[in-house]
Amino acid sequence: MSSELRYTANTQLEHLHARYTGTGHADLTKYDWLTHQHRDTLSSIVGHPTLTAYLAIADGACTGRVKYEMTEKMLQPCGPPPRKDDD
Amino acid sequence: MHLYNLTLQPPTAITQAIVGNFSGVRQQEIITSHGTRLELLRPDPQTGKVATILSTDVFGSIRSLAAFRLTGGTKDYAIVGSDSGRIIILDYDPKTSSFVKLHQETFGKSGARRIVPGQYLAVDPKGRSVMISAMEKSKLVYILNRDAAANLTISSPLEAHKNGAIIHHIVGLDVGFENPTFAALEVDYTESDQDPTGEAFKNAEKMLTYYELDLGLNHVVRKWSEPTDRRANLLLQVPGGQLASSDRFDGPSGVLVCCEDHIIYRHMDAPQHRVPIPRRKHPLDNRDRGMLIVSAVMHKMKGAFFFLVQNEDGDLFKVTIEHEDEEVKSLKIKYFDTVPVASSLCILKSGFLFVASEFSNHYFYQFQKLGDDDEEPEFSSTSYRSFGMADPTAPLPNEYFRPRPLENLALADELESLDPILDSKVLNILPNSDTPQIFAACGRGSRSSLRTLRHGLEVEESVSSDLPGIPNAVWTTKKREDDAYDSYIILSFVNGTLVLSIGETIEEVQDTGFLSSARTLAVQQIGTDALLQVHPEGIRHVLANGHVTEWKSPSGKTIVNATTNKRQVVVALSSAELVYFELDLEGQLNEYQDRKAMGSTVLALSIAEVPEGRQRTPFLAVGCEDQTVRVISLDPESTLETISLQALTAPPSSICIAEMLDASINKSQPTLFVNIGLQNGVLLRTVLDPTNGQLTDTRTRFLGTRPVKLIRVQIQRNPAILALSSRSWLNYTHQNLMYFTPLIFESFDFAWSFSAELSPEGLIGITGSTLRIFQIPKLGTQLKQDSIPLSYTPRKFIAHGNYFYMVEGDHRVLGEDAGEKKLAELRQQGKKIDQEVIDLPVEVFGRPKAPAGTWGSAIRVIDPVKAETVAYIPLDSNEAAFSLAVVPFLVRGGELHLVVGTAADTTVSPRSCSSGFLRTYKFTDEGRGLELLHKTETDDVPLALLAFQGRLVAGVGKALRIYDIGKKKLLRKVENKTFASPIITLNTQGSRIIVGEMQESVSFVAYKAPENRLLVFADDSQSRWVSAVAMVDYNTVAIGDRFGNIIVNRLDTKESDQVDEDPTGAGILHEKGILMGAPHKTKMVAHFHVGDLITSIHKVAMVAGGREILLYTGLHGTVGILVPFVSKEDVDFISTLEQHLRTEQSSLVGRDQLSWRGYYTPVKAVVDGDLCETFARLPGSKQSAIAGELDRTVGEVLKKLEQLRVTTSGF
Repeated sequence: MSSELRYTANTQLEHLHARYTGTGHADLTKYDWLTHQHRDTLSSIVGHPTLTAYLAIADGACTGRVKYEMTEKMLQPCGPPPRKDDD
Repeated sequence: MHLYNLTLQPPTAITQAIVGNFSGVRQQEIITSHGTRLELLRPDPQTGKVATILSTDVFGSIRSLAAFRLTGGTKDYAIVGSDSGRIIILDYDPKTSSFVKLHQETFGKSGARRIVPGQYLAVDPKGRSVMISAMEKSKLVYILNRDAAANLTISSPLEAHKNGAIIHHIVGLDVGFENPTFAALEVDYTESDQDPTGEAFKNAEKMLTYYELDLGLNHVVRKWSEPTDRRANLLLQVPGGQLASSDRFDGPSGVLVCCEDHIIYRHMDAPQHRVPIPRRKHPLDNRDRGMLIVSAVMHKMKGAFFFLVQNEDGDLFKVTIEHEDEEVKSLKIKYFDTVPVASSLCILKSGFLFVASEFSNHYFYQFQKLGDDDEEPEFSSTSYRSFGMADPTAPLPNEYFRPRPLENLALADELESLDPILDSKVLNILPNSDTPQIFAACGRGSRSSLRTLRHGLEVEESVSSDLPGIPNAVWTTKKREDDAYDSYIILSFVNGTLVLSIGETIEEVQDTGFLSSARTLAVQQIGTDALLQVHPEGIRHVLANGHVTEWKSPSGKTIVNATTNKRQVVVALSSAELVYFELDLEGQLNEYQDRKAMGSTVLALSIAEVPEGRQRTPFLAVGCEDQTVRVISLDPESTLETISLQALTAPPSSICIAEMLDASINKSQPTLFVNIGLQNGVLLRTVLDPTNGQLTDTRTRFLGTRPVKLIRVQIQRNPAILALSSRSWLNYTHQNLMYFTPLIFESFDFAWSFSAELSPEGLIGITGSTLRIFQIPKLGTQLKQDSIPLSYTPRKFIAHGNYFYMVEGDHRVLGEDAGEKKLAELRQQGKKIDQEVIDLPVEVFGRPKAPAGTWGSAIRVIDPVKAETVAYIPLDSNEAAFSLAVVPFLVRGGELHLVVGTAADTTVSPRSCSSGFLRTYKFTDEGRGLELLHKTETDDVPLALLAFQGRLVAGVGKALRIYDIGKKKLLRKVENKTFASPIITLNTQGSRIIVGEMQESVSFVAYKAPENRLLVFADDSQSRWVSAVAMVDYNTVAIGDRFGNIIVNRLDTKESDQVDEDPTGAGILHEKGILMGAPHKTKMVAHFHVGDLITSIHKVAMVAGGREILLYTGLHGTVGILVPFVSKEDVDFISTLEQHLRTEQSSLVGRDQLSWRGYYTPVKAVVDGDLCETFARLPGSKQSAIAGELDRTVGEVLKKLEQLRVTTSGF
């Protein structure tokens, strides 16, 4: 945790969360966490040429297709969010 | 344990390629990214061949590359987006032949992260700015300019972020000299993240957004954003803007949006145009699948432009836009040609197309025509309602083309690439070889191959002819100094000499002035136009007018050895005396008044070539029978005085002094090397100090079993040395560094340079009574490749007896049998079938595609020595093979069986199959054939099989089982189902089985026979995505993982013994597990990030009598080794060197080397040899500074590095 986060008030914290997408917080739901994880993983696969190639070989698709499908999947990697309890 | 990592064969996959004038001259060059390396290729427009000029490791992962040129400039720069969190601008410096980092701007954390830019790059076509973007949200724009001194400047970044936007692609818009604008393809996820009904997700729109950089306000604004096709994946720049000289528009500007099945022309405030991507008119093609454009290139010519786009099958389409000023009239698409699927396409102005294949070899094509006036149907947006945009959500009707062999392109060159290596074996099975070969299963789909990799240079033989007798030497010579080519071939026999003249034919000539009745010791073109022959009885000096002057050897003495150059001759007499001659200004050969007595029979002599602009070379090296080499002065002041002496371990057989460039010793000037070949097959290479004649920096190498012969030759106009023993070696300079590589050819008795019109760079050699003329075409390569074609992607193979057994399989592909069946069905339905299309070669066009869950697969038996397939067994009923093992079943008296693990109707994601099978085959015909005994059903895919104590151990899905053979089936004997993820590797030693899991690292399993139990007694404390495992010893395993790490884990000996001593395993069974796993944990002893996905690891000795090392292969074509250090001193020395180099050599992409090698876990106990070897390329002052810190000389450091490499790998 950066020193900024440790000493400053919540206003700063919110700002930091907005800035660093994917950072967790105390009230994070399981769904949000999972979605973040999946998006990180998917973007990491696209970002590493060897991983893209590996998946492409396993699946019999070309790397261009794998990259595209992975990026598409980032939109909603874990399905729609769960309904909130209070409504 | 401490290891030294060294890459023998760097990755050959090209992830991206860009073209530009990087040297700043007219000729265009290509920069390719190999994931972790940058390479500069220079295509020769005359010959159509591609040469590698520079290849450098960047110690980081390159994610994007772009070429740009400042307005009005003539030189292109390369911008690199990597995982370093920095943007890098590189300049190629042709003088030093290296990349220079001009700018390095930090903007974020390192690593390939979601919101740290580096994934995409887009440049303004006028070279005014660049946008670098992440996968999500972040986009930064840098302004590029030049300062007063015409240096390139870069601004601080301007943000163009958009929260919650996933970025598919970005591209720079061609807007002429208006404000630079970038187009991005984005999808916003904020709404779909909030909507539990899934409605927002369904309605999410892919937006085409223009970001304008306002140069006046120094600010980026979102100028325009409109939804486009949801399945869009790629943007392409359309030329635009006006020429300065005329009012004509270059093009309409805007972008092409490539979507699944369609291409749309799009621009702000302009009507859209849409065309379908035509499909193959193939009877077996799966018409339901969408078709993406995976790579594309735009090419501008004078007043025109076109696009080449490539779909997933490799079909190229030419896309053109008809426009009137800025108004688009129509968008047209037509089939162009079919080439392998590319990761990048580059068009060169000289009329070539570079196809950087995503897998396997890369190709360089020449355009024959541009597909302008052919019969090919063209599809235009004007033939559809509202230019194809009447209903943007509905697809346009399918259009078809007929695939055909190349018509517009012709192959000019091919660059070999191992990528992807899926499995390998290291064995020495080829005859007449003392070092092992690497057999690599490479490639994808129908372009797969099994390649034999041998360390050495490829030799191309052009002439081979038999001679009447067995010559002992051969020479070639020109008649005059300024002749371009050689005129004579001189062959020396035991009692005579034969002279052949080189013309249109090679024939014997008589009147050359050479003595034909005696054998020849040396031949030399001397002075401007004379020839010289040294024979045992004397020296013949043949002048241009045919006049011969002869020097006779003193009576009773004969000449035993001679060495010559353009102006000097030294001969050794049988009385152990040296006689020295020098050419005077009149062209007369004069004997020096004194003779030098050596006191011991002279075995070898050598003088260097006369240095440029000098009268003579001042040194003579003499090798004597008393096991010494003496350097003798030829300087007029001290003629024939001994300067220095070196003792040898064996009598010398040959000496060769040559001046060669080796940048690790001297960057600006060639170094004078004295190479001494010994009779025991050892070569010593020493450096001759030109000022005092001392011999320093001796390096040794074992060449072969025969006495070494050394010959100075010319290779690509540079001096090189051929060293002949039981193997032939070539010592040459490539990219300024010295290489010493064996030739893969028969051994030679003698050889010489050969230059004629047909083969200007050739060599001539004799083997027995055969004369051969040959070339060495691929200098700089370390591994020669020979390949055997395969049908499908190779999955695994094993070596057994004289044969290889291989399983191949491809997903989403119609197998041969299934294809035939479907065709027969179609025929029966009375459908017409275009046989020509069916018969197109699958290597180029691929097999017909099928939906997920369809497999084409086969088992193949290969004879690796003859390089041919001896049996091929295709699998039917949609079965695919994944694993295999040769098992000697004990109950059948150790009879060998091949067990192949297959599965039917397998899908990759989610992992499933209708049924797995273990197919048991009997060997027939001494292993050349296979006969199916029976098939055993399993509940999951058997991914790993292994012979274990006369039975079969199989990893079936997540279960580990032992099977024994039965009459109708394999019988399950014992099972362990405690594994959390599928088992993918198995290794064994004794009663221990090492199980590698897909996600959960490696476990140690003990088989307790008395109780028939499989017990997991140790595992890893970390989960790893295992991709390859090898046992280093009984307690140690080397693991390769999917993220490019190599890990060595070790189990404590005490714990290991304890488990082995427990007869029933009851102790382990009741022991308490640690961390929800096995009771014991292995300890990590080494960890290193290679940067390529490890596909196999072997423990082998690469040189005869050498140490065992770990050799690994990587998916991108890497072959590397891990060498254990033998002493603590070496570890200290090399790690200190590494530490110094880390500070000296900053990575080209700005990645910290230590953090790169410790990408996921800090590096442990491994030294980066690739970094250490860059020591040779450092400037001399830095070299000596580092060497000084280490208390060594530069030579000692280089020698240590070379020794580490040579003694363990032979490279």
